[in-house]
Amino acid sequence: MEVERGHIKAFAEAIEDPNPLWNDENVARQKLSTGMMAPPTFLRFIRTERLQELPEDFPYNRSLDGGSQWEYFESVKPGDRIKAVTTVTDLYKKSGKLGEMIFVLTTTTYTNQFNKLVATQTNTSIRY
Amino acid sequence: MHQTLYWEDVTVGTEIPPLVKNPSNRQLVRYAGVSGDFYEIHYDKDFAISTGLNGIIIHGALKQAFLGQLITDWIGPTGTLKKLSAQYRGMDEPGSPLICKGKVVKTYVHNHLHFVDCEIWIENSKGQQFTPGSATVLLPIKPRD
Repeated sequence: MEVERGHIKAFAEAIEDPNPLWNDENVARQKLSTGMMAPPTFLRFIRTERLQELPEDFPYNRSLDGGSQWEYFESVKPGDRIKAVTTVTDLYKKSGKLGEMIFVLTTTTYTNQFNKLVATQTNTSIRY
Repeated sequence: MHQTLYWEDVTVGTEIPPLVKNPSNRQLVRYAGVSGDFYEIHYDKDFAISTGLNGIIIHGALKQAFLGQLITDWIGPTGTLKKLSAQYRGMDEPGSPLICKGKVVKTYVHNHLHFVDCEIWIENSKGQQFTPGSATVLLPIKPRD
Protein backbone atom coordinates (compact mmCIF):
# COMPACT_ATOMS: atom_id res chain seq x y z
CA MET A 1 0.00 0.00 0.00
CA GLU A 2 1.35 3.43 -0.91
CA VAL A 3 1.83 5.98 1.87
CA GLU A 4 0.27 9.29 0.88
CA ARG A 5 1.32 12.63 2.31
CA GLY A 6 -2.31 13.66 2.73
CA HIS A 7 -3.09 10.51 4.68
CA ILE A 8 -0.15 11.12 7.05
CA LYS A 9 -1.45 14.63 7.69
CA ALA A 10 -5.04 13.41 8.14
CA PHE A 11 -3.79 10.80 10.61
CA ALA A 12 -1.81 13.43 12.55
CA GLU A 13 -4.88 15.68 12.63
CA ALA A 14 -7.07 12.82 13.87
CA ILE A 15 -4.72 12.01 16.75
CA GLU A 16 -4.40 15.80 17.34
CA ASP A 17 -0.62 15.75 17.14
CA PRO A 18 0.63 19.06 15.68
CA ASN A 19 4.28 17.93 15.27
CA PRO A 20 5.48 19.49 11.97
CA LEU A 21 7.32 16.26 11.11
CA TRP A 22 3.94 14.74 10.26
CA ASN A 23 2.01 17.88 9.35
CA ASP A 24 4.09 20.24 7.24
CA GLU A 25 6.62 19.29 4.57
CA ASN A 26 8.36 22.70 4.56
CA VAL A 27 8.81 22.96 8.32
CA ALA A 28 9.75 19.25 8.52
CA ARG A 29 12.48 19.82 5.92
CA GLN A 30 14.01 22.58 8.09
CA LYS A 31 14.26 20.10 10.97
CA LEU A 32 15.25 16.94 9.12
CA SER A 33 16.81 16.73 5.68
CA THR A 34 14.54 13.79 4.88
CA GLY A 35 11.40 15.88 5.40
CA MET A 36 7.98 14.71 6.41
CA MET A 37 7.51 11.25 7.88
CA ALA A 38 4.74 9.15 9.42
CA PRO A 39 4.03 9.31 13.18
CA PRO A 40 4.84 6.19 15.25
CA THR A 41 1.52 4.31 15.04
CA PHE A 42 0.58 5.32 11.48
CA LEU A 43 1.22 1.88 9.96
CA ARG A 44 -1.61 0.54 12.05
CA PHE A 45 -4.03 1.38 9.23
CA ILE A 46 -2.40 -1.12 6.89
CA ARG A 47 -4.51 -4.23 7.28
CA THR A 48 -3.49 -7.67 6.28
CA GLU A 49 -5.86 -10.28 4.92
CA ARG A 50 -7.99 -12.33 7.30
CA LEU A 51 -5.63 -14.56 9.24
CA GLN A 52 -5.31 -17.94 7.55
CA GLU A 53 -4.40 -19.60 10.83
CA LEU A 54 -7.81 -18.96 12.41
CA PRO A 55 -10.55 -21.46 11.53
CA GLU A 56 -13.43 -20.30 9.27
CA ASP A 57 -15.95 -20.97 12.05
CA PHE A 58 -13.95 -19.21 14.82
CA PRO A 59 -16.86 -18.73 17.24
CA TYR A 60 -15.75 -15.52 18.96
CA ASN A 61 -17.07 -12.48 17.12
CA ARG A 62 -16.40 -9.81 19.69
CA SER A 63 -12.91 -8.52 20.19
CA LEU A 64 -10.93 -6.15 22.32
CA ASP A 65 -7.43 -4.86 21.75
CA GLY A 66 -5.15 -6.07 24.56
CA GLY A 67 -1.99 -4.23 23.59
CA SER A 68 0.61 -3.54 20.97
CA GLN A 69 4.42 -3.49 20.81
CA TRP A 70 6.21 -1.68 18.00
CA GLU A 71 9.82 -1.92 17.01
CA TYR A 72 11.10 0.58 14.42
CA PHE A 73 13.93 0.11 11.95
CA GLU A 74 13.37 2.70 9.20
CA SER A 75 11.24 5.84 9.02
CA VAL A 76 8.15 5.81 6.81
CA LYS A 77 7.92 8.60 4.27
CA PRO A 78 5.37 9.79 1.72
CA GLY A 79 5.61 7.68 -1.43
CA ASP A 80 6.82 4.56 0.38
CA ARG A 81 5.09 1.35 -0.60
CA ILE A 82 4.56 -0.77 2.50
CA LYS A 83 3.69 -4.42 2.60
CA ALA A 84 2.32 -5.93 5.82
CA VAL A 85 2.38 -9.63 6.64
CA THR A 86 0.70 -10.92 9.79
CA THR A 87 1.16 -14.30 11.41
CA VAL A 88 -0.41 -15.80 14.52
CA THR A 89 2.32 -16.47 17.07
CA ASP A 90 0.25 -17.73 20.01
CA LEU A 91 -3.31 -18.64 20.91
CA TYR A 92 -4.62 -19.38 24.40
CA LYS A 93 -7.81 -19.44 26.44
CA LYS A 94 -8.53 -17.60 29.71
CA SER A 95 -11.62 -16.93 31.80
CA GLY A 96 -12.39 -13.38 32.86
CA LYS A 97 -15.06 -10.71 33.37
CA LEU A 98 -16.41 -11.26 29.88
CA GLY A 99 -16.57 -15.06 30.22
CA GLU A 100 -14.38 -17.34 28.18
CA MET A 101 -11.79 -15.35 26.25
CA ILE A 102 -9.36 -16.38 23.55
CA PHE A 103 -6.09 -14.45 23.36
CA VAL A 104 -4.71 -14.21 19.84
CA LEU A 105 -1.12 -12.96 19.55
CA THR A 106 0.00 -11.80 16.13
CA THR A 107 3.16 -10.32 14.72
CA THR A 108 3.03 -8.07 11.70
CA THR A 109 6.15 -7.23 9.73
CA TYR A 110 6.14 -4.11 7.56
CA THR A 111 8.58 -3.91 4.66
CA ASN A 112 9.08 -1.08 2.19
CA GLN A 113 9.65 -0.92 -1.59
CA PHE A 114 13.40 -1.51 -1.08
CA ASN A 115 12.57 -4.76 0.71
CA LYS A 116 13.84 -3.23 3.94
CA LEU A 117 12.20 -4.12 7.22
CA VAL A 118 10.54 -0.91 8.43
CA ALA A 119 8.81 -2.03 11.62
CA THR A 120 7.28 -4.95 13.44
CA GLN A 121 4.15 -4.88 15.55
CA THR A 122 3.13 -7.57 18.02
CA ASN A 123 -0.51 -7.33 18.92
CA THR A 124 -2.72 -9.04 21.49
CA SER A 125 -6.35 -9.42 20.44
CA ILE A 126 -8.88 -10.70 22.95
CA ARG A 127 -11.85 -12.53 21.40
CA TYR A 128 -14.94 -13.36 23.42
CA MET B 1 11.69 26.15 19.11
CA HIS B 2 12.54 22.71 20.40
CA GLN B 3 15.81 22.53 22.30
CA THR B 4 17.81 19.43 21.39
CA LEU B 5 17.49 16.70 24.00
CA TYR B 6 20.89 15.06 24.49
CA TRP B 7 21.57 11.68 26.04
CA GLU B 8 23.61 13.42 28.75
CA ASP B 9 20.53 15.49 29.71
CA VAL B 10 18.66 12.49 31.08
CA THR B 11 19.26 10.12 33.94
CA VAL B 12 17.30 7.37 35.67
CA GLY B 13 14.23 9.02 37.19
CA THR B 14 14.10 11.95 34.74
CA GLU B 15 10.43 12.75 34.15
CA ILE B 16 9.05 13.23 30.67
CA PRO B 17 6.97 16.45 30.43
CA PRO B 18 3.33 15.27 30.74
CA LEU B 19 0.99 15.53 27.75
CA VAL B 20 -2.72 16.18 28.25
CA LYS B 21 -5.12 14.88 25.60
CA ASN B 22 -8.87 15.52 25.43
CA PRO B 23 -10.41 12.64 23.46
CA SER B 24 -13.98 13.32 22.33
CA ASN B 25 -16.56 11.20 20.46
CA ARG B 26 -15.69 13.31 17.44
CA GLN B 27 -12.02 12.37 17.71
CA LEU B 28 -12.90 8.67 17.95
CA VAL B 29 -14.93 8.89 14.74
CA ARG B 30 -12.12 10.75 13.02
CA TYR B 31 -9.58 8.20 14.23
CA ALA B 32 -11.83 5.37 13.00
CA GLY B 33 -11.76 7.03 9.59
CA VAL B 34 -8.00 7.41 9.24
CA SER B 35 -7.06 4.13 10.92
CA GLY B 36 -9.69 2.01 9.20
CA ASP B 37 -10.85 0.61 12.54
CA PHE B 38 -14.61 0.88 12.21
CA TYR B 39 -15.49 -1.47 15.07
CA GLU B 40 -18.75 -0.01 16.44
CA ILE B 41 -17.73 -0.15 20.12
CA HIS B 42 -15.86 3.10 19.43
CA TYR B 43 -18.83 5.19 18.22
CA ASP B 44 -22.16 3.33 18.66
CA LYS B 45 -23.24 3.36 22.31
CA ASP B 46 -26.05 0.79 21.90
CA PHE B 47 -23.72 -1.57 20.11
CA ALA B 48 -21.00 -1.12 22.76
CA ILE B 49 -23.49 -1.91 25.54
CA SER B 50 -24.71 -5.00 23.64
CA THR B 51 -21.16 -6.40 23.77
CA GLY B 52 -20.99 -6.07 27.55
CA LEU B 53 -19.29 -2.67 27.80
CA ASN B 54 -20.68 0.32 29.73
CA GLY B 55 -20.54 2.61 26.72
CA ILE B 56 -18.24 3.59 23.87
CA ILE B 57 -14.54 3.24 24.58
CA ILE B 58 -11.39 4.85 23.21
CA HIS B 59 -9.42 2.77 20.70
CA GLY B 60 -6.39 1.21 22.38
CA ALA B 61 -4.34 2.20 19.34
CA LEU B 62 -5.40 5.85 19.78
CA LYS B 63 -4.13 5.77 23.35
CA GLN B 64 -0.89 4.31 22.01
CA ALA B 65 -0.73 7.17 19.50
CA PHE B 66 -1.01 9.61 22.44
CA LEU B 67 1.94 7.84 24.11
CA GLY B 68 3.83 8.09 20.82
CA GLN B 69 3.25 11.87 20.88
CA LEU B 70 4.41 12.05 24.51
CA ILE B 71 7.75 10.56 23.44
CA THR B 72 8.25 12.31 20.10
CA ASP B 73 7.41 15.73 21.64
CA TRP B 74 10.06 15.04 24.29
CA ILE B 75 12.89 13.75 22.06
CA GLY B 76 12.31 16.21 19.22
CA PRO B 77 13.44 15.70 15.61
CA THR B 78 16.99 14.67 16.60
CA GLY B 79 15.87 11.72 18.72
CA THR B 80 14.72 8.41 17.25
CA LEU B 81 11.95 6.23 18.61
CA LYS B 82 13.06 2.57 18.48
CA LYS B 83 10.36 0.79 20.51
CA LEU B 84 6.90 1.71 21.73
CA SER B 85 4.54 -0.58 23.57
CA ALA B 86 1.27 -0.24 25.45
CA GLN B 87 -1.13 -2.57 27.19
CA TYR B 88 -4.84 -1.86 27.40
CA ARG B 89 -5.85 -3.20 30.79
CA GLY B 90 -9.02 -1.17 31.21
CA MET B 91 -11.52 0.87 29.23
CA ASP B 92 -11.18 4.63 28.94
CA GLU B 93 -14.19 6.61 27.77
CA PRO B 94 -14.15 9.82 25.71
CA GLY B 95 -15.24 13.10 27.28
CA SER B 96 -12.62 13.63 29.96
CA PRO B 97 -8.90 14.36 29.81
CA LEU B 98 -6.17 11.73 29.70
CA ILE B 99 -2.73 12.61 31.02
CA CYS B 100 0.23 10.84 29.42
CA LYS B 101 3.27 10.54 31.65
CA GLY B 102 6.63 8.82 31.70
CA LYS B 103 10.04 8.55 33.30
CA VAL B 104 13.47 7.28 32.40
CA VAL B 105 14.30 3.82 33.78
CA LYS B 106 17.62 3.05 32.06
CA THR B 107 20.33 4.78 30.02
CA TYR B 108 22.98 2.78 28.18
CA VAL B 109 25.38 2.60 25.25
CA HIS B 110 25.19 -0.25 22.77
CA ASN B 111 27.27 -0.45 19.57
CA HIS B 112 28.28 3.22 20.13
CA LEU B 113 24.62 4.25 20.10
CA HIS B 114 23.09 6.04 23.09
CA PHE B 115 19.81 4.55 24.29
CA VAL B 116 17.22 5.49 26.89
CA ASP B 117 14.47 3.18 28.17
CA CYS B 118 11.34 4.76 29.59
CA GLU B 119 8.30 3.63 31.47
CA ILE B 120 5.18 5.38 30.17
CA TRP B 121 1.54 5.36 31.14
CA ILE B 122 -1.79 7.18 30.86
CA GLU B 123 -3.85 8.43 33.80
CA ASN B 124 -7.55 9.09 33.35
CA SER B 125 -9.51 11.76 35.22
CA LYS B 126 -10.29 9.27 38.02
CA GLY B 127 -6.56 8.69 38.51
CA GLN B 128 -6.78 5.18 37.03
CA GLN B 129 -3.81 3.90 35.04
CA PHE B 130 -5.18 1.52 32.44
CA THR B 131 -2.49 1.96 29.81
CA PRO B 132 1.01 1.06 31.00
CA GLY B 133 3.75 0.87 28.43
CA SER B 134 7.39 1.37 27.61
CA ALA B 135 9.54 3.13 25.06
CA THR B 136 13.15 2.95 23.91
CA VAL B 137 14.71 5.96 22.23
CA LEU B 138 18.03 6.81 20.67
CA LEU B 139 19.41 10.27 21.56
CA PRO B 140 22.30 12.31 20.18
CA ILE B 141 25.30 13.02 22.43
CA LYS B 142 26.61 16.52 23.14
CA PRO B 143 29.16 17.71 20.61
CA ARG B 144 32.68 17.93 22.05
CA ASP B 145 34.45 21.30 21.89
